[in-house]
Amino acid sequence: MNKNKRHLYTLVLSLVLSGLGLFAYKALVLQFPLVPDTLALIWNLEVHASFTAQDKPIKMGIYIPRNTAQYVILDENFISQGYGLITTTPDEGNRQAIWSIRKASGKQSLYYRAVIRRMHSDYEPGEPKTSPLTKPTLESPLLEAAQALAKDLLSKSADTETFVQALIKRIHNPSPDETISVLIGQYPTLETKLNTVVEVLKASGLPARVIHGIRIPTIPRSVQWVSWFQIYDKKTWRSFDPLTGTPEIPEDYVEWWHGANPFLKFNGGKNLEYTVSIAPNHEEAIQAALLSTKLAIPKLLDFSLFNLPLQTQAVYRILLMVPLGALLLLVLRNIIGIKTFGTFMPILMALAFRETQLIWGIFLFGLVVGLGLCVRFYLEQLKLLLVPRLASLLIVVVLLMAILSVLSYQLGFERGLSVALFPMVIITMTIERMCIVWEERGASESLQQGIGSLLVAALTYLTMTIPYVEHILFVFPELLLVLLAGTLLLGRYSGFRLLELQRFRALVS
Amino acid sequence: MFGIAKKLAQAGVLGLNQRNAEYTLWHNPRHLFPLVDDKLTTKSLAQQAGMAVPPLYGVIEIQHQVRELAALLTPYQDFVIKPAQGSCGDGILVVTGRRNKRYRKVNGQLITQEDLDHHVSNTLSGLYSLGGHPDRVLIEYRVQFDPIFEAISFQGVPDIRIIVFLGVPVMAMVRLPTRMSDGKANLHQGAIGAGIDLHTGKTLTGVWQNEIVTEHPDTEHSITDVQVPEWDKLLDLAARSYALTGLGYQGVDLVLDKNKGPLILELNARPGLNIQVANRAGLLTRLQLVEQHASNLKTVEDRITFSKQHFAPTN
Repeated sequence: MNKNKRHLYTLVLSLVLSGLGLFAYKALVLQFPLVPDTLALIWNLEVHASFTAQDKPIKMGIYIPRNTAQYVILDENFISQGYGLITTTPDEGNRQAIWSIRKASGKQSLYYRAVIRRMHSDYEPGEPKTSPLTKPTLESPLLEAAQALAKDLLSKSADTETFVQALIKRIHNPSPDETISVLIGQYPTLETKLNTVVEVLKASGLPARVIHGIRIPTIPRSVQWVSWFQIYDKKTWRSFDPLTGTPEIPEDYVEWWHGANPFLKFNGGKNLEYTVSIAPNHEEAIQAALLSTKLAIPKLLDFSLFNLPLQTQAVYRILLMVPLGALLLLVLRNIIGIKTFGTFMPILMALAFRETQLIWGIFLFGLVVGLGLCVRFYLEQLKLLLVPRLASLLIVVVLLMAILSVLSYQLGFERGLSVALFPMVIITMTIERMCIVWEERGASESLQQGIGSLLVAALTYLTMTIPYVEHILFVFPELLLVLLAGTLLLGRYSGFRLLELQRFRALVS
Repeated sequence: MFGIAKKLAQAGVLGLNQRNAEYTLWHNPRHLFPLVDDKLTTKSLAQQAGMAVPPLYGVIEIQHQVRELAALLTPYQDFVIKPAQGSCGDGILVVTGRRNKRYRKVNGQLITQEDLDHHVSNTLSGLYSLGGHPDRVLIEYRVQFDPIFEAISFQGVPDIRIIVFLGVPVMAMVRLPTRMSDGKANLHQGAIGAGIDLHTGKTLTGVWQNEIVTEHPDTEHSITDVQVPEWDKLLDLAARSYALTGLGYQGVDLVLDKNKGPLILELNARPGLNIQVANRAGLLTRLQLVEQHASNLKTVEDRITFSKQHFAPTN
């Protein structure tokens, strides 16, 4: 036994030393930052396009962002093995990257990456200072309709702003009048509505355009295009909200390209997919540290998390927190003595809570499990065999989740939608176990374990979402070795569990 | 809080972590677990060693055989249905008689053949087995318990649990079913555990739902100072079961049958710790004493003598 202990302690010691050693080297010598920079001014952008090539020439063009009054591009690079690349400015103020290759086959991946920084200046770089063309692109009789509409609105407005607001209001009217219907067609999308607004404005002699861009999300993830529109007024492009017509643009809006052309032009392959993602690059200091690492030990950087694609980095930010959750779970179970359903079920619930937020998560979990239990008690009467019973329960759980999502969406609770992220197999097993414990040991024991699991999940969630810890574990993943050492040590903890003190109390009184 | 922990440690109380880390993990090699996790295997092992077990009426191994269950049961008025790999007494169904086409459960309730079939199917698909593995179902003799326990158990069969460490019986209790435990001799489910003086075989006080009791809550008879019959034979069976499996730390469950005497019900590789509360004594001191003397205790007789000599209550 002693030999075994020595073995364990040696292992633990070497893990702690190597983990802390690497940590100290990175923190002290390479100057990796220990605290996240709260001023998020820099972001990493990434466009990832993938498709299957079929031994034919491939050509793909995408719009890429340019410097604007709000954001400047600090750095950009294109990852495209074997492809020819040119960047052009196809029309006024837009930038485009075109990849091409004579022959390629199999799965292809192309990346565009950029680092952007938020600016606070009125300077509009790269914009023409002369009035842009205003020639309307509409033809008769639509042109006449647009002109008539513009004339009507002009007579009822005081200035450009009120004019634009009135126009926007008319366009978004749920029951549009005849002129509008002719212009926007029968089932207009936001896109066609915006283009119509631009055309009407042009018809009335105001230069206007639709711009496309992204809103920077609060957590790293892939984003959707958001359109805005602009009018050339008083020698500058002024932005207007496409839904309300208020003359403003959100601070987190990154303009990408303008005009009616699609983001991506592609020919030659099939199964094209693309994602645009953005992640805050909190750590200006990390960039500096990475740069110095690059100079000192080039290989170290190649094998670090920072070299992964952005979306994968975002995944690892979450995954690296799981070991911490496991350690906490271990403490709660083996040292405190809380009973839970399933060993790692609380961790999976905690991961689901990240999307639902805590209160909603607990509420939705309670609702799904409660309703599931009712169904399970009913199924008991049918005397089903185990596996078919579990399968039916799983189907019921999925149905319940779908119904909850639909209901909460109708009632206007957007959060209710996130019930879809619950691990349904785990929930099914929880319901089944709760039901069995209920029958064998009684309701109180069953509820006790259910609430215990939820409590552990909530605590795990709270621990796993501390931003500081997330930063530390992502920048210094070697600290997981120290976590592992702690877990190994706890594996030989043979003291009392806290709840056992209560249980054995009668022995000392 | 830490005061209690300190006092418990001084009293030599064994906690779950310590039981796992220092006893079951060290003395019970995993490859031996199947011997005790499957009651059918334990039964045949015990029979080969000439130790008494409740006679087996039949085994159901696959779903298809459930159809023949009624025919299999025809010759018997009363019997017990058990999952081969059940734990904590879950899934055990005791039938005490028949009424027309129905079976009478130990609590007096009547169930149909269909109910019985469903219970067996559930058990086969692993509802009660550790880890949900497909299981087998045992149908065996229902023990007619010794009348000595009649006054202090409510329905069901009281059984005797003896913790055996390296072949030495270290602690024992008798588990008495109550109304709450639905006739089952399981402390988790509400049965009473009453400690036994290893020297004399007389009961001490009992524990019910973690509180100390001296009377049975349903029958109101005293549960202390009851002489367990054939105590020496019970100790002998327990001590010999070490050689049977090779598990250093095990719980031996025995019953006293009116006609057949002491029988081995099952063995347990991870016996519970409530036995300490029933005996109002810690296991750790006793286990450490055995560890010190283990090398001198060669025969079963040595071990029983050692046990009787050292593990009588101090007061």
